[in-house]
Amino acid sequence: MITLLYFARLRETFGLSSEQTNLPADVADVRSLTEWLRRRGGAWQEELAQDRPVRVAVNQDMATPDTAVRDGDEVAFFPPVTGG
Amino acid sequence: MTVRIQTEDFDLGAEILDLRRGNTGIGAVASFVGLVRDLNHSATVTEMTLEHYPGMTEKALAEIVEEAKRRWNIIDTLVIHRIGPLKPMDQIVLVAISSAHRGDAFAACEFIMDYLKTRAPFWKKEQTEAGAHWVDARESDETAAQRWTASSA
Repeated sequence: MITLLYFARLRETFGLSSEQTNLPADVADVRSLTEWLRRRGGAWQEELAQDRPVRVAVNQDMATPDTAVRDGDEVAFFPPVTGG
Repeated sequence: MTVRIQTEDFDLGAEILDLRRGNTGIGAVASFVGLVRDLNHSATVTEMTLEHYPGMTEKALAEIVEEAKRRWNIIDTLVIHRIGPLKPMDQIVLVAISSAHRGDAFAACEFIMDYLKTRAPFWKKEQTEAGAHWVDARESDETAAQRWTASSA
């Protein structure tokens, strides 16, 4: 199982702040996880499109498309940050 | 080295007194306070809500403070960031640095703010007369953060 978290605009658009899911066999990194989520279609396809500035954190560290995703990980998707 | 995420307001004077209490080696304190403005992109902001990623926020801020400690001679730091609903003129963020000399305090304060704005997981949603919207990240904030990378290279 992995835990997926969504924040800010993504949380609102997906209507979901978190979910637990089995790690699909063909998902090994952030890039393949994002592609897998995009295949849900609709808002997922739109918000996670390649030209959208989505940020990803794995286990609360900023990640890149190549960052590995393993069973038990916490992976968060969110827009560029706007604090301060 | 204190990092606090809170809904309550803060008192700058009291926080700085706390920061420098009992340390005779402190010769300088620099602080920055960020406020909610009522105007953004020409629409009047009536309320703003700050969302964050509990856990990662504290971790990201602690790492930013650690990086500042590596770069400058800092005695102590305080970072307070508010979350939840805020109104124009409310205080959002406080960064305060104590050091022996002013140069370290000034630089570290600016560095921590620049990194906080581009690396700490907070998001602002503005309520304006025209409706609610999530604030877009600004290119100028990223540029401000990147100059610290360029100057240290």
